[in-house]
Amino acid sequence: MDFKDYYEVLGLTKTATQDEIKRAYKKLARKFHPDVSKETDAEVRFKELNEAYQVLKDTEKRAAYDQLGKNWKAGQDFNPPPDWDAGFEFNGAGFEGGDAGDFSEFFESLFGRGFGSAQQRYHNARQGQASRGEDHHAKVLIDLEDAFNGASRSITLQSPEVDSNGHVYSKQRTLNVKIPKGVKQGQRIRLSGQGSPGMGSAPAGDLYLEIEFKPQSLYRVDGHDLYLDLPLAPWEAALGASVKVPTPNGAVDMKIAPGTPAGRKLRLKGRGIPASTAGDLYVMTQITLPPADTEAAKKLYQQMQQELAYNPRSKLGV
Amino acid sequence: MPQTVLNGVLLDESYELSFQELCNTCATSEEWVLQLVEEGALEPLNFTGHVHQSEQWRFTAVSLQKVRTAKRLHRDLQINPAGVALALDLLEQIDQLQTELHCLQTYSRNE
Repeated sequence: MDFKDYYEVLGLTKTATQDEIKRAYKKLARKFHPDVSKETDAEVRFKELNEAYQVLKDTEKRAAYDQLGKNWKAGQDFNPPPDWDAGFEFNGAGFEGGDAGDFSEFFESLFGRGFGSAQQRYHNARQGQASRGEDHHAKVLIDLEDAFNGASRSITLQSPEVDSNGHVYSKQRTLNVKIPKGVKQGQRIRLSGQGSPGMGSAPAGDLYLEIEFKPQSLYRVDGHDLYLDLPLAPWEAALGASVKVPTPNGAVDMKIAPGTPAGRKLRLKGRGIPASTAGDLYVMTQITLPPADTEAAKKLYQQMQQELAYNPRSKLGV
Repeated sequence: MPQTVLNGVLLDESYELSFQELCNTCATSEEWVLQLVEEGALEPLNFTGHVHQSEQWRFTAVSLQKVRTAKRLHRDLQINPAGVALALDLLEQIDQLQTELHCLQTYSRNE
C-alpha cells in the first residue's frame, strides 16, 4: 500500500493553517470537479482531494496523520504502525462531500471503513430499514455505425457489495444491452432494476448507461448531424462532377456544381444519425493539389500557367 | 455464456417525465427542483411561469442530467441555486464552443 501525502495533494506544506487547508481544498475542488473539469483524470483528482480534506480539515485526524512521521514520501510502501492511533479518537465523524465509499486503501487502513455507502446500506439492512437500491452509472463505447443500425453490447461492471461479515468487496458482472438505433453522443439509457439491490422490501436501483462514440476517423459528430471533409480534384471543383461520398450506411453519389470553392458546406439531408427527425450529413469541400512529379504533370501545370493568366492573390492587391 | 439482451429506455428529448418522477429519479427534494425552475436553470415543457402548477409540469430527459449535475455542484462545492444555474449555463456554452472549435481545428488541419 502506498503512502499518501495529503499535504502534497492540496499543494500545501505541513505548516498550513486550517484556513489555508480549507481555501486550498475549495479552490482545487472547483478546478477538478468532474462536472466542471475537462481534465481526463478529474474524477481521480477530485476523490484524492476529498480524501485529503477529510483528514486535514479535522484537527484530530490531522494530528494523528501528522504523527505518522515526517519521513514518509508519497508513493512509498506503507503499513500503519501497530499503535499508531493510540490516544486519538475519530470514529463516527461521518463523511460529507463527494460520493461516499471512494477512499483509498491507505485511508481505510488508518481511519477505518465506516464511511462507505455500501457499508452504510449494510447497517441499514441489519437494522431492518428498507431503502431503495442505489442507482449506478457507467459509460458504454459504441461505433458510429451502431447508432445507425442498432446493436447489442456486452458490458462489464464492477460494483461494491457487502458480504455477510460486513466487508466491502468488488463484484463483477456482465450485461448484454441493446443499443437502440438513433442514439446520440452523451445520451443515456436507463435499465430499470439493474442498480444495487434494495434493502428490505424496497426496489433495486437503476443502471444508467451513457453513450460515447469511439473517436471517428472520417466523421465528426454534432448531435444527430455528421460532418465529413470531402477532397476534390481541381478539375472536379472547376468543372463540376458527380463524386462518391462515404456515409456510415454506404457510399452515395453527390453532384458537385461547377466552380465549387474549397470550404463550401454541402448538405446531404437525412444522411446523419437516424432519429424521428434524422440528422444531416454535412460535406465540407477541400481542393487537393495533384503532385507535379512527372514531366507530363509539370507540362500541364505550365500550360495552365501560360493560358489561364490567373492571379490567386488579386484580392490582396499584389 | 448465453445471456438475454436487456432492453433499456432511451432517455432522449422525446422521453417525458412528471415533476414528481424527476424528483424521485434524481433522489432529490421537490424544493430543490422548484428552486432550479425559479432560477430558470430548468424549464418545464408546458411552463406558464407559475411555480405553483408543478403537478402538471412535464420535463424531457435532458432535465434528468441537469438536476443531477446541479445536485452534485451544490453538494460538493456548496453553490447556491443561482450559482448552479449560472454554472449550468456556462457549462453548456463551453460544450457548444468546444464542439465548434473541434470542427474548425479538424478542418484547418486537413486544409
